[in-house]
Amino acid sequence: MKKVLLTLFPLVTVLLMVQGYHQAIYVAPDDAMQGYVFRIIYYHVPSASVAFLFFFISLIGSVGFLAFRRSSPNRAQIADAWALAGAEVGVVFCTVVLTTGPLWGRRAWGIWWTWDARLTTTLVLWLIYVSYLLLRRFAAGPQMQTLAAVLGIFGALDVPIVYMSNRWWRTQHPAPVFGGDQDSGMKDPTMVHALLWNMLAWFCWGLLVLFLRYQVERRHQEYAAIEAQEALEASA
Amino acid sequence: MSSTLWTHLAKDLRIEWRSKDAINSMLFFALLVVVLFSISFDPRGAFAQQIAGGVLCVATMFASVSALNQAWAREIRHQVMDAQRMAPTSGAELFLAKVLANFLFVSIVQIALAPVFLVMYNLRVAGQAGLLALVLPLGTWALVANGTFFAALAIRSRNRELLLPLILFPIFLPALLGMVQATTSILTGDSDPWLWIKMLTGYDIIFTTVSLLLFDVVFHAE
Repeated sequence: MKKVLLTLFPLVTVLLMVQGYHQAIYVAPDDAMQGYVFRIIYYHVPSASVAFLFFFISLIGSVGFLAFRRSSPNRAQIADAWALAGAEVGVVFCTVVLTTGPLWGRRAWGIWWTWDARLTTTLVLWLIYVSYLLLRRFAAGPQMQTLAAVLGIFGALDVPIVYMSNRWWRTQHPAPVFGGDQDSGMKDPTMVHALLWNMLAWFCWGLLVLFLRYQVERRHQEYAAIEAQEALEASA
Repeated sequence: MSSTLWTHLAKDLRIEWRSKDAINSMLFFALLVVVLFSISFDPRGAFAQQIAGGVLCVATMFASVSALNQAWAREIRHQVMDAQRMAPTSGAELFLAKVLANFLFVSIVQIALAPVFLVMYNLRVAGQAGLLALVLPLGTWALVANGTFFAALAIRSRNRELLLPLILFPIFLPALLGMVQATTSILTGDSDPWLWIKMLTGYDIIFTTVSLLLFDVVFHAE
């Protein structure tokens, strides 16, 4: 059963990606004001959503690790693996956001970058999680996971600020498409469909990569435990 | 103030008073940063008003990183850190005492630097000058509270001096933004600093609380 699912999910993901691509490039119409360039929203917005979700998963993993590290070490290791996987894959998707954004901005606004609230806070979010990955690399020893979990919690406190920034400050980033003023929202239903297909496709792709990374990390942990056991037995 | 907190604080203040390591190095480093920025960006007239806030904050940031690293390194020598861990008091009091001590040192540096700023940047405060006495301590507290916490976090890694700024600066960025925007709007009188002051206050409260709660986890990590 598990094997069937494991083979089926990547296949379904690839099909969804194909469908998403088709929707984004061929089916959805040009935007009234931005023209063809607008289509980058089908990559930019899903990537941003996936990045935020994965950073949230990383937070849960960090909290779980701190909660379980005394009472249930195995569960704590699982939580830590999720924390690392979430952070790493989240950084990748956040990089996508930070590259597709300027590409769009150069065409749509004439500038690559501006230091407005949303762009700045997304960049800060990226920096925080890169620093999390750096801590994991530089800190040594058994306490590394604890320290990284604490940093993960600190970093995650930044996420709400990123989300709310578009509401709190006057900003050059396009006003919220959904939930903004009454004139916002995508008018053409085919555009909404294209966005939803791409959201689904990129979520599935992100989850696939996340799951693979989690499995790799679990293997690392198991090997490390085996090595530690062997070292212990060799010295005994 | 509990007696444990006071003991820790008095110890740090006494050590600093006798050696004056941190304050001297911070003061000189901050001064150097101010001069470097002045040469790089040539502050004249109105432009000086615009950048003075930013230069002050960045100078404070770089200066305090050197002091923060030192603060915990001093504890590791002679196994003082292990003794602290074995003491039956909560780590939060040690943390708070270190934050208070470092806050005092950084504030002294800022006050000492203020005349230098007024002179080098020909500063005239167009907005409410009194608000500066609110904004600068709030920003400094954010820097020192987070900095002390992350210094304790980084102390057990290789490359610990390098790691502290790498993990501190991204998380400190919102507070830096608030501090610089508030200071600039007070100096130029262009806009209302209260949004940024409220943001800084919120930031301080959130991160001080989380630091106090999580310090024991970091301190006793093994």
